[in-house]
Amino acid sequence: MITIVDYGVGNLFSLVSSFKAVGCDVQVTGELSEIKKAEKILLPGVGAFRDASLKLKETGIGELIKEKAAKDTPILGVCLGMQLLFDKSLEYGEWDGLGLIPGEIRPISEIVSKELKIPHMGWNALNFREPKSPLFQYVEEGDHVYFVHSYSAVNCEEHILATVEYSAPITAAAGCGLVFGCQFHPEKSGNTGLSILRAFNEM
Amino acid sequence: MITKRIIPCLDVRDGRVVKGINFDQLQDVSSPVDLASFYSDNGADELVFYDITASSDGRAIFTEILKETASKVFIPLTVGGGINTVEDFDRVLKCGADKVSVNSGAIRDPGLVSEAAKIYGDQCVVLSVDIKRVDGKFTVFAKGGRENTGMDAIEWIKRCVDNGAGEIVVNSIDTDGVKQGFDLEMLEAVCSVVNVPVIASGGAGCIEDFVTLFRRLPGVDAGLAASIFHFGTVKIPDLKKAMADAGIPSRL
Repeated sequence: MITIVDYGVGNLFSLVSSFKAVGCDVQVTGELSEIKKAEKILLPGVGAFRDASLKLKETGIGELIKEKAAKDTPILGVCLGMQLLFDKSLEYGEWDGLGLIPGEIRPISEIVSKELKIPHMGWNALNFREPKSPLFQYVEEGDHVYFVHSYSAVNCEEHILATVEYSAPITAAAGCGLVFGCQFHPEKSGNTGLSILRAFNEM
Repeated sequence: MITKRIIPCLDVRDGRVVKGINFDQLQDVSSPVDLASFYSDNGADELVFYDITASSDGRAIFTEILKETASKVFIPLTVGGGINTVEDFDRVLKCGADKVSVNSGAIRDPGLVSEAAKIYGDQCVVLSVDIKRVDGKFTVFAKGGRENTGMDAIEWIKRCVDNGAGEIVVNSIDTDGVKQGFDLEMLEAVCSVVNVPVIASGGAGCIEDFVTLFRRLPGVDAGLAASIFHFGTVKIPDLKKAMADAGIPSRL
């Protein structure tokens, strides 16, 4: 059973559908008592880092996710949900993340060539770091996944699981123990994305 | 690198895909759900669902179809047609759309783009513009290309991007249906003034038209078409292969 954390940020329709498509049981909840019992946690998120991080704090869900991580519950953050797993973000100020993966979130514009479009949007090819993460056991080097983001994780070199090329390597996935984050949208990345969700379900 | 996207567009009325379609592999060729799955399996990078229903009953059917599609097809989905208010954004986003395309709705109410961008983010708001040359000037047309607004297209696009439109669909009325290639001159004019993704629409008749588009105009991010895909004139796997052979980044 995958527990998708509902803290009022973003639309969960496609995430729920995609887990169901690979045969996973899914629960969507914002209840602390339910999240406490979760076997595996999916942390979604779109929008601004600050709003999402405040919501995680106010609801107590952030602290609970840290406790669950300490007890080795597999956790997967997607897009902004991934960024929230890091120490902090410099999106419009400086905001604390959950600190489960060392590193920080900064504007992509600081890394890539000036003429490239921001957000980094569309399909890009995964380059894995060795050893290949179990998250990618069903996908191949060079498989494409779908991105929409203007900020990315940096200063997290030893925790990078995969990058994509956008004039410079961009962190596509990162992990620390059983805490994983995907900057791309597995629920919008066709069969490649579904295979990644299936692998997470098998953790 | 980010690949160039190929986007089939499905016009949906009363729950069925409009325009004749001919596929051996498909039982029900006018089922939007089946056709969307077929395109997704064959390498489409994104889909556009265009609601051409006029009645509210039809609108409810469209929303149901959208939901069913989004629960089975896992590539980005843009919805357009009849988007006039923020409530319309909300309705289709809740049913699994990732982006919402506005056209006449934004012309009637220019505040719609900024309002929607504030709530859902720029990346969610797609501005679709029907453009025709009038006395040599690129001019915006409304109501499916039937009404001349008199507005300068380049100025209109710049204004909407400033207001938060995250992507532009340039539909050339001059080349639409002619199948002699995309309107490169018009597209170049748009690419030179915006730094958001530009989607070319109108005029593609064969694989070579897409290759020419992406070769000549590196600023164009995607090519959109309808009937040539529906009729099987251009098969997406062949198109992707031809693009890759020509050195155009594509997702095979």
